[in-house]
Amino acid sequence: MQRDASLKIVIVDDSSVRAAILEEGLRDAGHLQVIRIEGTENLLERIYAIDPDVILIDLENPSRDVLEQMFRVSRAVKRPIAMFVDQSDSASIAAAVDAGVSSYIVDGLKKDRIKHILDISISRFNAFSRISTELEQTKSALEERKVIDRAKGILMKRKGLTEEQAYALLRTSAQNEKKKIADIAQSIITAAELLK
Amino acid sequence: MTTSKKLRIGFIPLVDAAALIVAIDKGFAAEEGLDVELVREVSWSNVRDKLNIGLFDAAHLLAPVAIASNLGIGHVRVPIIAPFNLGLNGNAITVTNALKNALEDKAEGDLTDPKMSAKALAAIVAERKRKGQPPLNFGMTFPFSTHNYQLRFWMASAGVDPDEDVQMVVLPPPFMVESIVNGHVDAFCVGAPWNSVAVDLGIAHILHFVSEILQRAAEKVLALRTTWAAENPESVAALVRAHKKAADFIEDEANREESCRIISAPNRLNVEPEITRRTLDGRLKVSPDGNYRESERYLMVGRRGAARPDRTQASWLYAQMVRWGQAPLSNDLLMAARETFRPDIYDEVLGAGDLPPQGEPEDGVGAFDGPEFDPFDLEKHLATWKVRRR
Repeated sequence: MQRDASLKIVIVDDSSVRAAILEEGLRDAGHLQVIRIEGTENLLERIYAIDPDVILIDLENPSRDVLEQMFRVSRAVKRPIAMFVDQSDSASIAAAVDAGVSSYIVDGLKKDRIKHILDISISRFNAFSRISTELEQTKSALEERKVIDRAKGILMKRKGLTEEQAYALLRTSAQNEKKKIADIAQSIITAAELLK
Repeated sequence: MTTSKKLRIGFIPLVDAAALIVAIDKGFAAEEGLDVELVREVSWSNVRDKLNIGLFDAAHLLAPVAIASNLGIGHVRVPIIAPFNLGLNGNAITVTNALKNALEDKAEGDLTDPKMSAKALAAIVAERKRKGQPPLNFGMTFPFSTHNYQLRFWMASAGVDPDEDVQMVVLPPPFMVESIVNGHVDAFCVGAPWNSVAVDLGIAHILHFVSEILQRAAEKVLALRTTWAAENPESVAALVRAHKKAADFIEDEANREESCRIISAPNRLNVEPEITRRTLDGRLKVSPDGNYRESERYLMVGRRGAARPDRTQASWLYAQMVRWGQAPLSNDLLMAARETFRPDIYDEVLGAGDLPPQGEPEDGVGAFDGPEFDPFDLEKHLATWKVRRR
C-alpha cells in the first residue's frame, strides 16, 4: 500500500457529494493524493497541470469526450491510456460502466494497483446510488405522510371524526378502490380545494 | 421473424439520429419484429464503450469512431461494422460575431466561398501572431469526428496549421454555445441543432455548411459489433430494413411535420420541432439579423444514396487520420477502415445497390480544394497537402 500513497488521482464529478464519498474511500485505502475537479472550463489544462496517474470521471458527465483529447499522439505530456486498452478484465470494466464510473490511467501502471482503485470506485459509486435511492424513498415517504395528515384534518373537520376514524376511513377507501392511501388522501385534498 | 430479446440502442440527441429515432418511434422496427429500447447518452465515449462491452447492441455513432474502433487507434480495438449510413453532412462551422467581423475585414471575396473564408482566417491568424495575441480556439466534438477533419481541411487549405496556429478543443455539443458566451472558443463545428441555437441567441454567425467544404461526408452510422452481427444476421437485416423505411419516410416532405415531432420529443432531442425542421429542410438562419441560407445538401438522411455505406468515404476518413497523425499509413489499415462500411449487407438486405444519382461528385467526396480523391492511393492524397502531420 505504501507505494500507492504516491499515486495522484483526479476525480471529475458533477456531484460533489459523490465525489466526496469516493475521495473518502480512496483515502481510507491509503491513497493520499486525491484531487477533486469541478466545472467544465479549461478542464484539460487543469488536468495537465495536476498531471495525474489516474482520472476517474462519472459517465453522466459530457466532459468525458474532452478527456479523449488526451490520447492525441503529438501531445508531449505523459500519455494516459484507458482502462479498456488491454481488455484483460472486461468484467470489472463492465461493472464500472454499469456503476457509472470511467477511468483513465497513465500507461505503465501495474494492473493490480489499477484494479484496486477501480474496485473502490465501483463500490463507492454503487453506495452513492443506493443512498440516493434511499433518500428519494425517504423524501417521498415524508411527502406522503404530510398529504395523509392534511387529508385526515379535512375529514376530521368536515365529518366530525376523530383522527383514528379519519385514518380508518382513508384506509378502507384505499382498499375498496385498490389505491394507495396517499392517492386517496391527495384526491380528498384536491376535492376540498375545488369545493372551497 | 420475431426476436424475444429486447435490443438496446444508444444515441446522442442530434438531428442526424433521425433515421434511428423514426425507425423505432414510428414503429418500423416493430414491424420487422424488433423490440428496441433507445437509450439517450451524453458523450460519444459512453456510446462507444457501451457498444464495445455489449451494454448496447447497436449505436448511433460518429463514422470515424467506428473506423478507429476497428483499427484499434485512440482506444481499444473492437471490430465494428456499419451496414447503414444514418446521414451525410449536417454540420456547420459557426463563428462569433467578433470573428465574423474580423473575417469580413480581411475578406478578398465572397465569404460563403470556403477558399475565401480560409484565406481571411489565415490573414487573421498571421496578424494575431505578429501582435503576440493568443491563438484562436476552435471547438469540435471529438478527436475522431468529421467535425475535426472538416475544420482542419478547411483552414489548412489556406496554410493555417490546426495544431500549431490555432487551438482545437473538444467540446461536448451542449457546451458549445456556453463556450462562445464565456469566450472560451471563437468558432466551432457541430451538428444540428447547436449552430441554430447560437445564431438565435444573437451571439454567432453560421459561416459554412460543411457541405460547402465537402459535398459528401459520411457523418453518423448505425454501428454494430462484428461478433454480434455475425450471431444475429436476422436482427441486422431487420434493423437495416427498418432504417431504410425510416430514411425514406423522413425524406418524403409530406411527412416532414410528423418526423420533426417524433425526433424533437422530450425523451429524444427535447427541442422545438421548428429547429429540427430547419435542419431537415436545409434552410438555416445564418446570422442574428435574419439572413437565411439554403442548401439541399445540408443533412442528407437517405436521398442521393446517402443511406448506403460508401467505402470511398471510409478511405477519406482514414486518410484524415493519417494526415493529422492519429494513425500510421498502411494498406492493411486502409482495407480495415474500408471494411468497416458494409454496403454488401445493405445491398443484400434491400436487394439493390442504389447508386448516387446524377449530379453527385465523381470522386464521391467533392472537396472544395485539391485534386479528385483516389480512395486507393492515399500517398497521392497526402502528398497534395502542404500542412500535414505526416
